[in-house]
Amino acid sequence: MDEQTEKSVSDIRTLARSIARSVQIMEVCGTHTVSIFRNGLRALLPDNVRLISGPGCPVCVTAQRHIDASIELSSLEDVIVATYGDMVRVPGRLGNLERQRGVGADVRVVNSARAAVRLARENPTKQVVFISVGFETTAPASAAVILEAEDLAIQNLTMLTAHKLVIPAMLALLADGEVPVDGFLCPGHVSVIIGSDAYRPIVEDHHIPCVVAGFEPRGILAGLAMLLRQIADADARVENAYETAVTPQGNEVAQRLMKKVFAVSNVPWRALGVIPQSGLDLAPAYRHFDALVRFAIELGEDLDHPQCRCGEVIQGKVNPNECHLFGTTCAPTTPIGPCMVSSEGTCSAWFKYNRPSQATRATGTEVKK
Amino acid sequence: MTRVGVRQQSETCIVRAHGGGGELMNKLISEHIISAFGNTTLNQLTDGAVLPAETSRVVITTDSYVVDPLQFPGGDIGRLAVCGTVNDLAVMGARPLGLSLGLIVEEGFELARLDQILSSVAKAAHEADVRIVTGDTKVIEHSGGSGIFINTSGVGSLDDRINIGLDRVEVGDAILVNGTIGDHGMAVMSVRSGLEFDTDIRSDAAPLNGLIHELIDAGVDIHFMRDATRGGLAAVLVDICEQSGLGVEVDESELPRDPIVRAAAEVLGFDLLTVANEGKVVAVVPQDQADMCLGLMTRHTRGRDGAIIGRIVACDLPLVELVTESGGRRVVQRPYGEELPRIC
Repeated sequence: MDEQTEKSVSDIRTLARSIARSVQIMEVCGTHTVSIFRNGLRALLPDNVRLISGPGCPVCVTAQRHIDASIELSSLEDVIVATYGDMVRVPGRLGNLERQRGVGADVRVVNSARAAVRLARENPTKQVVFISVGFETTAPASAAVILEAEDLAIQNLTMLTAHKLVIPAMLALLADGEVPVDGFLCPGHVSVIIGSDAYRPIVEDHHIPCVVAGFEPRGILAGLAMLLRQIADADARVENAYETAVTPQGNEVAQRLMKKVFAVSNVPWRALGVIPQSGLDLAPAYRHFDALVRFAIELGEDLDHPQCRCGEVIQGKVNPNECHLFGTTCAPTTPIGPCMVSSEGTCSAWFKYNRPSQATRATGTEVKK
Repeated sequence: MTRVGVRQQSETCIVRAHGGGGELMNKLISEHIISAFGNTTLNQLTDGAVLPAETSRVVITTDSYVVDPLQFPGGDIGRLAVCGTVNDLAVMGARPLGLSLGLIVEEGFELARLDQILSSVAKAAHEADVRIVTGDTKVIEHSGGSGIFINTSGVGSLDDRINIGLDRVEVGDAILVNGTIGDHGMAVMSVRSGLEFDTDIRSDAAPLNGLIHELIDAGVDIHFMRDATRGGLAAVLVDICEQSGLGVEVDESELPRDPIVRAAAEVLGFDLLTVANEGKVVAVVPQDQADMCLGLMTRHTRGRDGAIIGRIVACDLPLVELVTESGGRRVVQRPYGEELPRIC
């Protein structure tokens, strides 16, 4: 253990003792969730400090209607569907993209929106549809690709956009009020784009401490120590434990790109329904890049598995092991809900990195309500 | 297509007739295959190879190679096809006697690329000190694959004194690995994803029989060995747990990892424990031989970054547990299928 880690862990223990009550900290981002589990950080925390996972896994928050639309698009002739890896396994009403590929659909896994442009240029006789999901981390790249496609007059590229915004989701959780949150560990990558000032409404209007942290265990522990100090002092400020990458203003070039190409709109979230002003649609000037428009596809309804509790998991309302499907019907090889599919999903992390006693279904509830 | 067209193509590309058993096929064998790695056994072009048996037991193994891209920093499909099969023999404790090489090539595949692959087969076989003793070539119609698939089988002789098996794994045994983990998987992944780093991430594809036999010959009583390929180190360690009924404890801080490979894994969201290797062996040895084994390993070119990474422990549940660098603990499982890069 390096010195800084040791100091953070010792600070966390001292502060937790002085707070002398149970505190609940939400790590908003799926990458944090995975890093916390992968590095075994929960084992280092005192009993009265609980971490709950929030709505920051791009795959997990994607509404089923978008998954269904992507499957429908993949079944069209001469269409190549390009998507980030995790999306291919998420079950919709009609199977998933991986199975579509098995029956002959052309589904390609790409690591960036730019790869979709390359696909479009390499396959001039095909239509390429990029499934554009993610938070503010991926949206600017999608925006840049739209502008490039417009510049180069690329006729065979469209996007199915299902981008989400982090702050409205956090505010919606607070407005719902069902899960008490004593502090937010705010996502590193998203904050690079939106800047740490973006969390001001949360500290100012709701008096909840916010600390931005990177994804290394050292950064996460430093962030948790900062949060506990604020909680101990009954303070609520935005602090930045990731100053090497995150500024108060964020990346203004990326913000301008998003603003130009997308319009903030009311969008559906997995199992949460439509949250006002919580996502991005293509702005009217770029609607011709909308795959739903080009292929005249209408978004259907979400028919989530009745017993799947992913919706509550992404709001921190229940732990994965409180879901009746967890570890039995729903496992990484046979996922029912997106939180088990995604490598960033809370259920997947619980299943992969916990001892079986913790990873199998619990009867009691561990989340404080 | 005109006949002239066929002739021109057959000089630069694989055509169906190259697999047809006729003149073109003979030409392919003599001018491209025999010339690359011919030897007294292969050159006889008999239906099978006769090999001298030096021991009462032989080991046979087979593996098919379908890697895409065909070429990546540090190797190609030809090198993999030799190293993979040689390593499967070596971890059984066997000394390779000979390999077979089956080529399935799509029509239209460039002969120049085939030559490159065959030359890397020759180079790897030379490194491993093993001969290609028999083979087969088939041409299939263009199916949009990567152009060539290779199957290699290997036969090796197994000394009577060698006893390697999961039934010999005991509480207290030390676990060693011969170098940095995840290099091959990340090399292939960075080519596939178009990620570029300041330095190339190079596959570790290499024959391990030299290293392994040095350990055996020096008297290390290896209880169990397996090469950590697909599924990475995690898959091997979980196999050890499940089949021995014992626990495995791994110290993350002892795991050899290349800093650039580690950074690439971070970017793509991979756990290096589950990423493929093609030149790494996990060895379980008695505790009192661990340091001696490590010394031998690190003096060998294929084991310079070797380390003692953990131990076999008694436990209530046969689990692999990782003691993390931060001082936490977590369970290690084998990956569920193909690992996919994360989104952001």
